[in-house]
Amino acid sequence: MAMTLMSEMGQKAFNLGIPIAVHIDVTYRCNERCVHCYLDHDDHGEMTTAEIKDVLDQLAEAGVFFITFSGGEVFMRLDFFEILEHARRLMFNVKIKTNAVMIHKEEARRIRELGVDTIQISVYSHRPEVHDAITKLPHSLERTLNSIRFLREQGLKVTIANVLMTGNSRDHAGVQQLATELGAQYTLDPTITPMMDGDTSVLALRIPGEELTEIFHNPALVGNQEDFCAPPKPPSAEDLEGYSCSAGHSFCYISPYGDVFPCVQFPLPTGNVRQQKFSDIWNFSPQMQEVRSIQAKDLPVCSSCSHVGTCSRCPGLAYMEGSMRGPSTADCEKSFYRTNIPTANMLRQGLSKPRTTVPLVQIRPVAASA
Amino acid sequence: MPENSIYIARSTSIAARALAGEMMVMNPTDSTFFTLNEVATAIFQAADGQTPLQEIVRDRICEQFDVDPEQAQADAKQFVTELSTHGILLVSDQPLRGETP
Repeated sequence: MAMTLMSEMGQKAFNLGIPIAVHIDVTYRCNERCVHCYLDHDDHGEMTTAEIKDVLDQLAEAGVFFITFSGGEVFMRLDFFEILEHARRLMFNVKIKTNAVMIHKEEARRIRELGVDTIQISVYSHRPEVHDAITKLPHSLERTLNSIRFLREQGLKVTIANVLMTGNSRDHAGVQQLATELGAQYTLDPTITPMMDGDTSVLALRIPGEELTEIFHNPALVGNQEDFCAPPKPPSAEDLEGYSCSAGHSFCYISPYGDVFPCVQFPLPTGNVRQQKFSDIWNFSPQMQEVRSIQAKDLPVCSSCSHVGTCSRCPGLAYMEGSMRGPSTADCEKSFYRTNIPTANMLRQGLSKPRTTVPLVQIRPVAASA
Repeated sequence: MPENSIYIARSTSIAARALAGEMMVMNPTDSTFFTLNEVATAIFQAADGQTPLQEIVRDRICEQFDVDPEQAQADAKQFVTELSTHGILLVSDQPLRGETP
């Protein structure tokens, strides 16, 4: 398959170990209280405006091109436009993840003027009673949809992100239809992760595996269903030399407290930008170096799995399960329900179906986890 | 437009970053993504809105790269025209400033 120019540059950054993309949560505070959210919404000492601007300067210097600002809700920070302005002055390609509730006409105009690339907005259902029950904010669907219209009126690219869980698992077609009507892109994600305090009760919201089968075999959601659900080809030497994803190779995550992790879903502390230069953490942190050293052939269970070349195995979720070299059960589940072929992780445990709930440890500030 | 009065400035609506000697440039409005080679990167980086294109090519390109001056001027004009149609560069017969985000 021909690589696009952008994926070619992504591969080049990966090979050179340049952090081409960084995700920054500017706050964990939020105006919604989503039932599945893993964050502690209290402010435990967020980076100041000056600190974030300094980090952005360092990221530009390090070669970062793509910045995603997320949270919490980014607009809970009164200085968010100042941060955005600084980021655009440094010529980052900027994506914002938001619930959009606080975006009105004026904010939409300012976002367009600042040259933001994409705004990704969470929509859980096309039905207000379902969406609002998940966000626990009355009228939130109505407000979010109004904001999407303001953004679209400005000609901005909007992606609707549809996180699926038990309460809304049947609503993806409605949300997809809504996205089409609003001229927005649609993306779905069935991943639910534990809360920062280790509480795993939210995992009960994960949709049952059997429903994943239905989702993975729906061409409206996965495109070419035959390709998507095809049995894995025997792994090649190249597959075994490969790496799981870009985490720690060309991507990383920075928390509102300045902690640096390989990914937003990989709570392995690697350093803090309040104490060290970003480039020192990126280049010399032993944890970053360990993450980027792991090839598929080094994975004790997964290297012998027939899915090793095609699995979406997340090393962060594997780390949360106990070992960054171990299997990620959530991804074993996806591989199995996609193809109906058992994974090595299932076979070694004598399971005919993957376990749906495994204990995971979530991201937390470095000081708290020390 | 006479060559000595072509001024170019980088549009501030774009995103840009150098990656191992190649400049990545993206226009968020139409999602066009370019990479510029070393010579094109030198022109892009010198596009301050104040220096005529002819001067940029003479001082930055012909000085640093082993190119035929006439060919370099023609190539530069073509490059500038292409990038301006994608909103990456602003072109004027007067000195100009990039838009402030």
